[in-house]
Amino acid sequence: MNVAIVGIGIHPFGRHPGVSGLAQGAYAARQALADAGIGWADVECAFGGSMAAGNADTLVSDLGLTGLPFVNVRNGCATGGSALAMADRAIRSGDHDVVLAVGFDKHPPGAFNADPEDSGLGRWYGETGLMLTTQFFGMKIQRYMHDYGISAAALAKVAAKAFRNGARNPHAWRRQALTEEEIAGSPMISHPLTKFMFCSPGEGGVALLLCRGDRARRFTSRPVYLSAVSLKTRRFGSFEVFSPWLAPRRADGPGGPGGPGGPGGPTAEAARAAFETAGLGPKDVDVRQLQDTESGAEIMHMAETGFCKDGEQEALIRAGATEIGGTMPVNTDGGCLANGEPIGASGLRQVYESVLQLRGAAGDRQVPGGPRVAFTHVYGAPGISSCAVLTR
Amino acid sequence: MTTLPKDKTVPVAEGLVTWPDRPRLIGSTCAAAGCGTTTFPAQQSCPRCTGTDLREVPLAETGRLWTWTIQAFEPKPPYAADGPFTPYGVGYVELATEDGNGAVLVESRLTEADPGRLEIGALMRLTFIPLRRDASGATVMTFAFEPAE
Repeated sequence: MNVAIVGIGIHPFGRHPGVSGLAQGAYAARQALADAGIGWADVECAFGGSMAAGNADTLVSDLGLTGLPFVNVRNGCATGGSALAMADRAIRSGDHDVVLAVGFDKHPPGAFNADPEDSGLGRWYGETGLMLTTQFFGMKIQRYMHDYGISAAALAKVAAKAFRNGARNPHAWRRQALTEEEIAGSPMISHPLTKFMFCSPGEGGVALLLCRGDRARRFTSRPVYLSAVSLKTRRFGSFEVFSPWLAPRRADGPGGPGGPGGPGGPTAEAARAAFETAGLGPKDVDVRQLQDTESGAEIMHMAETGFCKDGEQEALIRAGATEIGGTMPVNTDGGCLANGEPIGASGLRQVYESVLQLRGAAGDRQVPGGPRVAFTHVYGAPGISSCAVLTR
Repeated sequence: MTTLPKDKTVPVAEGLVTWPDRPRLIGSTCAAAGCGTTTFPAQQSCPRCTGTDLREVPLAETGRLWTWTIQAFEPKPPYAADGPFTPYGVGYVELATEDGNGAVLVESRLTEADPGRLEIGALMRLTFIPLRRDASGATVMTFAFEPAE
């Protein structure tokens, strides 16, 4: 069975004093319903999540007490991708015809302060100052640059592109272009990554309305099909956030992505699984949204998802391949860097952008040439990846 | 040789380090045939082979730096160190088990916070650094690695 996305909604990302995360989720849900031309009572089932803004199923008290099954999803930064995967399965199983996936969040300013005990770690891990996602990002790209000759200049170029794209996106948070010099010269947060190379926890909401593919045209003249959505967790030997120790023989990432003999990390596995299900490969993709919690992540994820080999990113970025008009557009809406990361909404934002691009409705940031295949990738602690392939 | 302050010191958590004589990190090695995975801290089950027979083993006091970064801003709680905050290094150091049968990359504080003095592959040595005073007045210590050459 085919699954289609027939309605999309977004609450602008950024900071919205006085507007709760739940209200932002409800706003996005109403927009998605209006986009598909249906009411809340027509939705048969829903999956939703937020990390810090309350239980998504509370949305029913705002949207309407229709009695539908509504499941809360909580899967770290991959919460949105996980909600989407569950919504997809609810339709493919034949249980439901019209399903909502929704995510929203509202984080206070500053870095996340995760609780070690939530991740099965001793309190000492946080007390000694090791429980920071920013450190993981710094250390992973540090090793990757050492192994594959990626330059610090490439890190600044990735962020500059993100803010340029964000400037063209009306629902982005950071809408001001910054020069590579401004980015490289901003305060160092976690060497080699500077302040403007990191995304910030923020606020926002996204909702997607899914339905059986054979009924899509009842709701829209421009259906986008969810050809595949995969979800994987880490295997032994991958390098993940919040790891007090690692295996010396790497299964992925720095020191030997994809091998020797390893299955790769959760991102490589999720990407492979999504492409296999869709019957498509990286070369078929016209536009891609890759988790870019910081500049280095976008670079490494380009290889982990199969769009290039390790080390090729430097030349691709310098040649402009990842720009909106390039041969391999990445994060056309500005990604996490320009949108911030409201955890529950973040993965669904990537799908929202993909639908706009495939509809040809992305305005100033539309990828030229009528893109037909889109790809999304979201990654979360402590080693979860979800990838999707979308077609029209 | 690791030197410790003269006043009373306590490790930040039980079971992480041998204490107080000749402190070393305590890992564990999986005893299953053909596995031999080493973890830090010690744990009861093996994340590689799913076995449950793991033996505690001290880790070597020196090893090579695998990657690193500098923590430039003061973390929010549960970070618990007496101020004022100064940036600190963090890295993974590859350590053999003391019996030479296993190896593990251990994440640790580094005493060095100058990017110009940290290099992947450099030899590092175990040391201990004070974090804060606890309610009894003892100094709470955690493990760290310092450049060894």
